[in-house]
Amino acid sequence: MSDAMYRDQILDHYKHPHNQGHLDKPDARFSDNNPLCGDEIEVFLKIGKDAKGKAIIADVKFKGQGCAISTASASMLTDEIKGLTLDQIKALTRDDVFKMLGVPISPARVKCALLSLKAIKAAVYAYLGQKLNEKVE
Amino acid sequence: MAKQKPSNASFNVEKIRADFPILKRRFGKNKLAYLDNAASAQKPQAVIDALADFYANHYSNVHRSVSTLAMEATDAFESARETVAQHVGAQTEEIVFTRNTSESINLVAYAWGNANVKAGDAIVITEMDHHSNLVPWQQLALLKKAELHYIPVEDAGEQNGQLDADFEFPENTKLFAFPHVSNVLGTVNDIKGWSQKAKFEAPGTTVVVDGAAGAPHFQLDLPASGADFYAFSGHKMCGPMGSGVLWGKKEILQEMPPFLFGGSMISKVEKEKTTWADLPAKFEAGTPNAADAVGLAAAINYLNKIGLKKIHDHEIKLADYACEELAKINGVTLYGPNGNASYATGKNGKDHVAKKPNVEKAQNRVGIVAFNLDGVHAHDLGSILDQDAIAIRSGHHCAQALMERLNVAATARASFYLYNTQEEVDRLVQGVKRVKKIFS
Ligand SMILES: Cc1ncc(COP(=O)(O)O)c(C=O)c1O
Repeated sequence: MSDAMYRDQILDHYKHPHNQGHLDKPDARFSDNNPLCGDEIEVFLKIGKDAKGKAIIADVKFKGQGCAISTASASMLTDEIKGLTLDQIKALTRDDVFKMLGVPISPARVKCALLSLKAIKAAVYAYLGQKLNEKVE
Repeated sequence: MAKQKPSNASFNVEKIRADFPILKRRFGKNKLAYLDNAASAQKPQAVIDALADFYANHYSNVHRSVSTLAMEATDAFESARETVAQHVGAQTEEIVFTRNTSESINLVAYAWGNANVKAGDAIVITEMDHHSNLVPWQQLALLKKAELHYIPVEDAGEQNGQLDADFEFPENTKLFAFPHVSNVLGTVNDIKGWSQKAKFEAPGTTVVVDGAAGAPHFQLDLPASGADFYAFSGHKMCGPMGSGVLWGKKEILQEMPPFLFGGSMISKVEKEKTTWADLPAKFEAGTPNAADAVGLAAAINYLNKIGLKKIHDHEIKLADYACEELAKINGVTLYGPNGNASYATGKNGKDHVAKKPNVEKAQNRVGIVAFNLDGVHAHDLGSILDQDAIAIRSGHHCAQALMERLNVAATARASFYLYNTQEEVDRLVQGVKRVKKIFS
């Protein structure tokens, strides 16, 4: 199962992650860590408006060092969420992330795969003046 | 005290393996290579049988009833305490059963620490401490407004992975806590030397040793060790989960107030006040893990029959071999004194000088090898090795202060014990090479 986890797509995103870096004056930022391995991630969001005036993710970057699974997940997820409304972000589930990764995630690595989703959601909730109140992992 | 009986039979790893049912397990087509002994050790049939026998034939609560059964259970529990006491050279009353090392250390922090540490006192710990021997002291220091000092870990040269011997204890040091063995680096600290130094430079210092990673490997004579407290966990030495020990000097334990209140720890309860039970019951509130204590005694007997010295020699041979082979892989960094200081480059250096393992150093380390592969996170390394049924640990090993010192977020760690084989080391090395290929 583990080898299947390390398909080329995952390794490519790990070696050349998209949206890595930081944003000056972000509208929201959140850092989180995986207590199992000490990996850290910080996400930065710029919030904009779509044609209908709904709040959307205008830009996103992430910082931090992690394993292949958490890095690839952050890289792909940050690509995915650009242009999504905040409501759409709130509605994202773990299964959406698993589907996006497209590889079988072994139970021991679920936390790694979901770290970026958790941080992104927490940043959105923080922006809305709310607390992330659901169990993402 | 009962020294381990020197056995003439030579160390026979195949015979030992036959004692551990779990080693027969297959994961897919692979045999289990269990190289995560520093996290917890597997159980021999003798320990599993002792637990089953206690539950099947002698089970009752202890210390409470007059029935024959209750007597048998109590005897089994108390004789387990004697076995532990003899094993570490202590008096029986000095052995307090707990759940694990963490609870033993918390007991000292709450009971001794709360009564003895004041604002302005200093607590000294080390950069190589496990969170179990760090967080309790950090929190005590915060609570009491005491100073907290860390002895640095050397990260280069001959002293790589050792505590900084030039550290000077502040005069106001009240408590010094350090690990007998680092669970990441495998470094063995000289308990006597460090205790004497602490007590010389700061007279009156009380010394607490975290023995979780030491007790599985060394014959101990705790009263002569220089320490005042020594904590360890049964599960890391082939005993059951839930069997922990705190040894403390009798005079100190007698003076120390209790930690947990309740049944069994009292001598007399009146509506307004309570007098405490004698040692060690004073520190064992409530129904104890008696079965696990019985299992721990079985584990100690099992290990002593083989001989801790022989086990240590065996695991060091494996660690040396592992270091030698891993060092040949370009991009591997080894941490700490293991294998040979010359293998270990501390930071992410790549100068792997292959020297012959230095046998004289054998006493100064245990069979723990922490390493990293350039460009690969330890978690990914662990996941891919798991595919071949090679169980290692990857992460910060509950030692984030040390990770910070080593300037890494995580490492992989292979740790060896009595039942591991050279063939398993070969599988580990092949596995690491495979990881390198996947990530190249
Ligand atoms: C050096 C050291 N100290 C403390 C502990 C904590 O032991 P336990 O989890 O049994 O309380 C461990 C093991 O994880 C350890 O290796």
